Amino acid sequence: MIRAEKLTFDYERLDEEGRVESKKRAVDHVDLKIASGEFIAILGHNGSGKSTLAKHINAILTPTEGTLWVDGMDTKDEEKLWNIRQDAGMVFQNPDNQIIGTVVEEDVGFGPENLGVPTDEIWERVEESLKAVGMLKYRHHSPNRLSGGQKQRVAIAGVMAMHPKCIVLDEPTAMLDPNGRKSVIQTAQKLNREEGITILLITHYMEEVVEADHVLVMDDGKVVMQGTPREIFSQVEELKRLRLDVPQATLLAWELKKKGLPLQDGILSMEELVDELCLLKQKM
Amino acid sequence: MSIKAKNVNYVYAEGTAYEIHALKDINLEIPDGQFVGLIGHTGSGKSTLVQHLNGLVKATSGRIYFNGRDIYGENFSMKELRSKVGLVFQYPEHQLFETDVLTDVCFGPKNLGFSKEEAQKKAKEALRMVGMGEEYDSRSPFELSGGQKRRVAIAGVLAMNPDVLILDEPTAGLDPKGRDEILDQIERLQKERGITVVLVSHSMEDVARYVDRIIVMNHGEVRFDGTPKEVFRHYEELEEIGLAAPQMTYVMQMLKKKGADVDTDATTVEEAAVTIENWLKGR
Repeated sequence: MIRAEKLTFDYERLDEEGRVESKKRAVDHVDLKIASGEFIAILGHNGSGKSTLAKHINAILTPTEGTLWVDGMDTKDEEKLWNIRQDAGMVFQNPDNQIIGTVVEEDVGFGPENLGVPTDEIWERVEESLKAVGMLKYRHHSPNRLSGGQKQRVAIAGVMAMHPKCIVLDEPTAMLDPNGRKSVIQTAQKLNREEGITILLITHYMEEVVEADHVLVMDDGKVVMQGTPREIFSQVEELKRLRLDVPQATLLAWELKKKGLPLQDGILSMEELVDELCLLKQKM
Repeated sequence: MSIKAKNVNYVYAEGTAYEIHALKDINLEIPDGQFVGLIGHTGSGKSTLVQHLNGLVKATSGRIYFNGRDIYGENFSMKELRSKVGLVFQYPEHQLFETDVLTDVCFGPKNLGFSKEEAQKKAKEALRMVGMGEEYDSRSPFELSGGQKRRVAIAGVLAMNPDVLILDEPTAGLDPKGRDEILDQIERLQKERGITVVLVSHSMEDVARYVDRIIVMNHGEVRFDGTPKEVFRHYEELEEIGLAAPQMTYVMQMLKKKGADVDTDATTVEEAAVTIENWLKGR
């Protein structure tokens, strides 16, 4: 679905005459292969290059060096631009920058309408998308009157209504309350599982990563760790060095291990931890 | 010395089809030096409430007292109130606008009528308080990382020497280390300088770790008000109103359901580790 070869991107800083004054390398020779239907999580501290990488996937940015293919299409090929953007939808952190409609359902219908989808089907898509994000009862509201979290869910519905093959979510839950967060992540998981949509989730919430198929960790523009959530989260110290964290259950297991209790590495969920602890108690 | 809300009501768009009763009969008192967590689902009235506390929004009915004085009283200076009760909005870095960090932070104290020298002194103090070294003073705010920008924005409010600091989700969008750094610094300000802090947060884990008292808002009303341990005992009711307890509360509850004889009050990883170690070792 997505393949990158030596993908490199430099931000250029221009002086008053428009000459390049300095360059900052944001993505540095990244090789990537994401199969169709995978759920991928990308972790990394602020400024590590996650968002710059994500913006390449629907050709908002194109590589300074190297190549990125989305569904076999080179993102540098301008003729394929619209196909790429329909295939790969993107949801950003701040919903205020991506909502344009004056009524919620109009906003969600904007994408499919632009694609020339027949009117009846647009309404179907609007309804299913709003339902998926738990915002159906707000369909006739003005987005202005929604809270930040509600707006974000409308923005996600807007991308879902395009029926993309791949959705890139760049910190979609940073502003949501616990329920909103859960519903957005569950929606992404459901779309991945039931519709086979490839998901790339960028997040700072470690708990949201636990069920991903694969985790990439970025630092200084490079992919520095990759593996299953279990492989990644068993390296608590390395993650902390990279300004990251582990899920709370993993952290608790790690703290207990430091106290000399024989627990295994890479415990991910509370259920797993509780089972392990009960077993341990029987042995003691 | 405190902030006190008495029978505060706020109605948006009163008398129209869009009328929303955002705050319903709020009564609460925040004493000096307390670290308060304010939680509630989106639209529960948290942000409306904090905007009342520094006079940005005027109550439809009811009174707010700052250090015993009615802020809606005739001789009360709103300008003074806003310098004493500093409000840091969500994504405050979007409000940075000056060409360098120091000038940006000077904006508040200058507006309060301080001379350039005094304003700079206050700005420098505030920047050091949030851990921004001298080397950043002349840098453009736009060259900084997300966490640094946010710290500069918080310094902009601290430079006015507030007695009360209200932060609306100060760590949204920051990486875990950046989140810990900001919250540790806020805690230090509260402990060392005695500043009252009101932290609006969606992270139950952060709230459990830092605050003395939690106020839970739901549909414009105060639903719970107590220490983190007291409030999170109601984890099932919190879920009903779109919230949750910290994950450690769930771990302890799950252990208990499996028959373990443990105290379920732990809300942080450190507390849970101690409780579990004692239980395993039969202490």
